[in-house]
Amino acid sequence: MARPDDFEERSKHLKNLTDEELDKRFWELIEKIVDPLIDLAKTHTSPSIERSVLLRMGFDSITAKNIVDKIFEQKLLGKGAGNVVYKFAQARQIDYLVAGETLVKEDHWDEVRELFGDGKNA
Amino acid sequence: MLDPNKKIDIEEILENLENYRPRRRGWTWRQPWKGKMDGYEYIQASEPLKNSISLPAAHYFDNIDPQPDLVITSEIASGRFEDDIRRMRMAAWHGADHIMVIRTLGQSHIDGLMEGTPEGIGGIPITRKQLRATRKALDMIEDEVGRSVNFHSYVSGVAGPEIAVLFAEEGVNGAHQDPQYNVLYRGINPVRSFVDAAVAKKIMSWADMLQIDGAHNANASARVSWKIMPELLVQHGINCLYSVKSGMKKENIALSTVPPTAAPTPAMRINLPYAVTVRELFKGYRFRAQMNTKYIESDLFDATRMHMIDAFVTRLTGAHLQSTITPDEGRNVPWHINSIRGIETAKHALVALDGLTEYVKIDKKKINEKVRELKMRAILMLEEIIEVGGYFEAVEQGFFVDNGYYPERIGDGIKRKKDGEIAGNTVVPRDKDYMAPVCEHFGYNNLPKGIKKPCDLVGGCTLCKPEKIKYIDELDETDNVSLRLKADEELNDKGLIKPEVEWSNDGTIQLDMTFAANEEIAEVAAMETAKRLGLTDMNVIHKTVLHPSEGTYVEIKGKIPFEIDTKNLKMPEKIDVLPDDEITKFFKDHEISVVAGTVGNDEHSVGMREILDIKHGGIEKYGIKYVYLGTSVPVEKLLDAAIETNSVAVLASMIITHNDVHIHNMRKLSDLAIEKGARDRLILIAGGTQITNDLAKSAGMDAGFGRGTHGTDVASFLVKALTKKLR
Repeated sequence: MARPDDFEERSKHLKNLTDEELDKRFWELIEKIVDPLIDLAKTHTSPSIERSVLLRMGFDSITAKNIVDKIFEQKLLGKGAGNVVYKFAQARQIDYLVAGETLVKEDHWDEVRELFGDGKNA
Repeated sequence: MLDPNKKIDIEEILENLENYRPRRRGWTWRQPWKGKMDGYEYIQASEPLKNSISLPAAHYFDNIDPQPDLVITSEIASGRFEDDIRRMRMAAWHGADHIMVIRTLGQSHIDGLMEGTPEGIGGIPITRKQLRATRKALDMIEDEVGRSVNFHSYVSGVAGPEIAVLFAEEGVNGAHQDPQYNVLYRGINPVRSFVDAAVAKKIMSWADMLQIDGAHNANASARVSWKIMPELLVQHGINCLYSVKSGMKKENIALSTVPPTAAPTPAMRINLPYAVTVRELFKGYRFRAQMNTKYIESDLFDATRMHMIDAFVTRLTGAHLQSTITPDEGRNVPWHINSIRGIETAKHALVALDGLTEYVKIDKKKINEKVRELKMRAILMLEEIIEVGGYFEAVEQGFFVDNGYYPERIGDGIKRKKDGEIAGNTVVPRDKDYMAPVCEHFGYNNLPKGIKKPCDLVGGCTLCKPEKIKYIDELDETDNVSLRLKADEELNDKGLIKPEVEWSNDGTIQLDMTFAANEEIAEVAAMETAKRLGLTDMNVIHKTVLHPSEGTYVEIKGKIPFEIDTKNLKMPEKIDVLPDDEITKFFKDHEISVVAGTVGNDEHSVGMREILDIKHGGIEKYGIKYVYLGTSVPVEKLLDAAIETNSVAVLASMIITHNDVHIHNMRKLSDLAIEKGARDRLILIAGGTQITNDLAKSAGMDAGFGRGTHGTDVASFLVKALTKKLR
């Protein structure tokens, strides 16, 4: 879209605002733009976010990537990768690092799915 | 502890790296310092360094090296971390305390972390090993210079949250993080970029890192960069508030702000209102004064001039960090020397402008009209973003980096699809039972009730228990630091050395030359010159037309096809400097006088005064009397004065070397002394920037002193020569 500089016309409603009111207005509008983005971030996740969880749990970067790739494929990312590994380890009563490795090497996805039942959107 | 006379040992840094832990986390500002150095008062300064290299003219001022109050950044991008480390040490000695490591080309598109130490292009692959080794080296370097050095890189791309964890674990102190950078310049899916960013920012907050945003890239991308000033305010605003809402403290959020335009535009009248606007709107945040990169061409001097003007804006409007851009950014991957030049430019400007606002003030009333206009233009843009449905919709419609001065639109903005681009459709909703058993996790987390910390479920996360971090050493047997060091070691073992600009012994040199010819002929003639000198891999890196037909200046880089054997180098004789006490005692016991002056048609006096004056540590301080005859003194007059005053030595300064006039004058001095029958009792000494001891002796002098000579060198020589005579 192309448009000539119509600043004079367009800014009429702002001309009488004080300096402080201009600053306030700027930040109010920024907030209106930012708030929905923050809400989106609070309620969503991504492969990188889930890998960052596994890293914090003590997985190395290669294993973390392999686990998350599988979980993403299995459409279980919405549970949280750390959660999947943790629940699987609890059910099997094994160390969670071993559980993670197992999920990369072997197919236990039906079992994992059962562990979660059906808990859709937060 | 590092020894200033020894090179940093990379092998030693790599040793036991798997167990190294950074000794602190978080950002460190400089410690304010007020006081006097060599009698000069500084009011915008910070604690002096233990070891440093001061500005070129410092030797006139007792070698003081005042450190400005602002953190000074040095960007480092050699592509090999072992060479980066050496340059960081050079940078820290010159006054940088914020080392910004540029990432290798394409790392932002790698969906995951990289490991090991492969070589990069235009930057370094950021990996755990590289970070840990670098932080370890910086820990040693900061002890050497006596000031904390902040380590910085990028939390961007499609692996932002993981990189944030990596940085937090490895003691990285600052990072660029701005989802808009991903969206606009890396073509990464907008939704993914924002969702990832909140998680990354929360982790960065835990690590107390300083965040720098990415708005300066809009400046560098726009065609006429001042036109996007309203948008820059919008971009800063979005990232700032998004960061605060992700958990970051305002004082850990820095705006990357650039004086948008440069000469030949009347830059100050555009840049100054903008700088004031940013500082008014973003009170409480930090300001990283970035140098203008958009208008850096291949001319090193023009880049330097531009950056001096930019630093003036910094001092006039205030900032917390001063960025430095290497003046060679417009022509090659930055070289060691140009990184240092960039730092010196910033240090020189900030020190020279110390306390500027005590005398110079911005006329707030006069500038306010422009400031208000900028704010209104930004507000209008925000209104329209909301009107079209929000940020993602605005990006889809090309609101950003449009070359119109908003609300003007040209229609050439960058457009990115909400559900497209790289890593599109990879974001999923968190289910009701979503859970992450780790600390500092942003967003919804359905943790079981009754736990104290989220990571209690897994017996601690790496942020609480760093011993749980998994270290990967190398993945590529054919591309790693050990192999590169080995190649270098072979040269070192044989005592061979090559000149270098960015990598150890890379063999690159620069030649500059002027031809009395037009641009086309000069360029080809320069290449031919380099070829005949035996260079390989030549490139013209800069040209300046002096006149369309009278002359062209050309700079060329190329590689030399040989090594220098340091074992066979003939080193100039070193004058043993005697202890001060010994010299003083000698001249107390033997009262002498000398005659001094600059000979020929030569008006240079500075060098000679340095050797003579007590103020500069000259020979006067040892009790040597001198008769100074001034500049452009005929050789005869020097000798006559020496004979008349019964002096024991003649100190002749010769700076001009045109047509070998210095050699001619030395011979004349010696011949005339013989003629007058005074040669035996007079010690003849020549000094000057192009004089060496060997050259002077061959021209009949008793000694010659070149660049960097101090009074103590000359006094030591006099003691030894007179002792010999007395025997």
